[in-house]
Amino acid sequence: MDKFDAIVVGAGPAGCATAYTMAREGLQVLVLERGKYPGAKNMWGGAFFGPVMEEIFPDFWKEAPVERSVSRHTISMLTEHESLSFDFRSDRADKNHGFIILRAKFDQWLAKKAEQAGAIIATSLEADDFLYEGGAVAGVKVGSESFPASVVILADGANSLLAAKAGLRKEFGLHDVKQGVKEVIQLPREVIEDRFGLQDDEGAALEFIGSCTRGLPGGGFLYTNHDSLSVGVVVQLAAVGEQKVKASDLLEDFKNHPLIQRYISKGKTVEYSAHLIPVTGVKILPTFAKDGILITGDAAGLVLGTGLILEGANFAMASGVAAAQTVIKAKKAGDFTTKALDHYEGLLKSRFVLKELNAFKRAPEFLENERIYNTYPELLCSAAMKMFENDGTVREGSFKTLMGSMKGKISIWQLMKDAWMAKESL
Amino acid sequence: MKVEEKLALNKFEIDKEVHITVDESKCRECNMTVCVYTCPADCYVLRDQHITFSYEGCLECGSCRIACDKGAIKWVNPRGGFGISYQFG
Ligand SMILES: Cc1cc2nc3c(=O)[nH]c(=O)nc-3n(C[C@H](O)[C@H](O)[C@H](O)COP(=O)(O)OP(=O)(O)OC[C@H]3O[C@@H](n4cnc5c(N)ncnc54)[C@H](O)[C@@H]3O)c2cc1C
Repeated sequence: MDKFDAIVVGAGPAGCATAYTMAREGLQVLVLERGKYPGAKNMWGGAFFGPVMEEIFPDFWKEAPVERSVSRHTISMLTEHESLSFDFRSDRADKNHGFIILRAKFDQWLAKKAEQAGAIIATSLEADDFLYEGGAVAGVKVGSESFPASVVILADGANSLLAAKAGLRKEFGLHDVKQGVKEVIQLPREVIEDRFGLQDDEGAALEFIGSCTRGLPGGGFLYTNHDSLSVGVVVQLAAVGEQKVKASDLLEDFKNHPLIQRYISKGKTVEYSAHLIPVTGVKILPTFAKDGILITGDAAGLVLGTGLILEGANFAMASGVAAAQTVIKAKKAGDFTTKALDHYEGLLKSRFVLKELNAFKRAPEFLENERIYNTYPELLCSAAMKMFENDGTVREGSFKTLMGSMKGKISIWQLMKDAWMAKESL
Repeated sequence: MKVEEKLALNKFEIDKEVHITVDESKCRECNMTVCVYTCPADCYVLRDQHITFSYEGCLECGSCRIACDKGAIKWVNPRGGFGISYQFG
C-alpha cells in the first residue's frame, strides 16, 4: 500500500478544510469517512457564522448548497404560555450574519471541494485503530486493512473514539457535553416566508430559553431552511441524567408551545436526528499534537457556546486550516515529531479559535445556573404580562411592576450576583 | 409524535453485527437508569425493573457511552456505511 503524506479521519467541516488545504499544496491526502457519504452521520442547528468559509472558498455562496442567509435573529424567553422576544432584523445583513445549511448536502459539497483539489475521499470506511512506528502514529487501520501515512489528523467529531485511544484527551464526561435533538419539518417555501416575514432567500435563526428545557441548562432552536424548518432542543447531558428528563420529550413540549406551534403548524416531519456538542471549551482542551498525529474540530472540543452563540463549524474549519498549514510545514522539514507539530497549537492561539474560547472561558460555568432557564423567563414574562394587561385595577410604574414580579422568586442579592457573573462570562 | 414514529422516517442500513453490547448483569446491580433518559432514540427501555436494549434505532450520538459509569456498555461505531444515513442533517 502506498504511503500517504496525511490521512484525515472524518469528512466534516474540520476534515474537509484540512484535506482541501493540504491537497491544494500538492500533498497526497486520504480522507476516511465512516458514513455512506460525507454528512450521512452529521446534524446540527444550524447556521454557519464568520468569515472562515469565505477565506477558504471565496464566493462560496454562489455555488454551495446554502438554504438561506440569516437576516433575522431572535432570542426568546418562554414560559408555558408566554414568550418574550428580542427580534433583530436587518435588510443589510450580509454573509457575516450567517447562512443556514443542512449538513447532508453541505458536507458532500465540502468534500467534493477537497476531492477537486486532489484529496482522495473514501466513504463507508471507519478508522478504528492506529498504526505505530517506534511509538509514533504512522497511519490508521480499518479492520484488518492498514493505511500508512506520515501524519494522521483526527477530525472525527464530538463522539471521537480515537482521541482517547491516541492519548490526546480523556473521554468527555456528562458535564462536558450537551445533547441536541431535532426534527426537519417540511413546509412550502411561501408559507415559511409568510410566517417568518422573509423575502426571497432571507432566513431566520430563532433561539429560545426557558420552558422548552423545563428549566434545564440548554435551549430550543428554529432555523428556516429553503422549504423546511429545523426545530430542535439542546440540553446538558448531565441534567438529563440527573433530572430524568428525555430530550425527545423536551422536543415534543417545544413543538407544542403556542409560539412554536404557529410556526410549524401543518408541517410534515421528515427526519429525526441527534448529536452531541462539546461545551466546556478551554476546560477540556486536549493535547493538540503528538508524534505523527493532530486533533481538530469537535474531537478537540473546539466549540464556542455562550448561550447566545453556538458556533462549532467555523472553529472546526479554522482548526483544520491550522492543522493543514502545520503539516505542510512539517513535510517541508521532513519532521512529524511532536516538536514540529506543536506549531499547530501556536496557530490556534494566534487565531480566533483559542482567543475566543479563552475570552468566554467562564461561559460554561455561568450557563449551568438554572435561574437563567427558570426564574428569569418566568419573571420577565410575568412582568410583561402585567405591563401589557389592563384588567381595571390601578396600575403601578413599570419598575415597581418588575420589582413586584421578583417577590418570592429571586432576591436583589442573587440578581446582582447573576448580573455580575453574566458580565464576567459573556 | 412518538420517538419510534420519528425513527421510522429515518434511513437506516442495519448491520447484522451489533455495535453496542450491554452487560445486563451489570445493569441488574444499577438503578440509575441514566441510559434510559440519555438515549434520544429510546434504545434502552425499563421493563419490569430490567433494562432491555435494542440497537436498531441508534442515532450513533454516543450519549449512553458517556452516561454509563458502570462499564456496562461497550460501544463501537457500526461498520463503515452501516447505521443511520441522514438525508437532511
Ligand atoms: C444540535 C446542534 C446544533 C449546532 N448548531 C450549530 C450552529 O448553528 N453553528 C455552528 O457553527 N455549529 C453548530 N453546531 C456544532 C457543529 O455542528 C460542530 O461544531 C461541527 O460539525 C464540528 O465539525 P467537525 O468536522 O469537527 O465534526 P463533525 O461535523 O462531527 O464531523 C466528524 C466526521 O467524522 C466522521 N467519523 C467519526 N469517526 C470516524 C471514524 N472513526 N472513521 C471515519 N470517519 C469518522 C463522522 O461520520 C463525521 O462525518 C451544532 C451542533 C449540534 C449537535
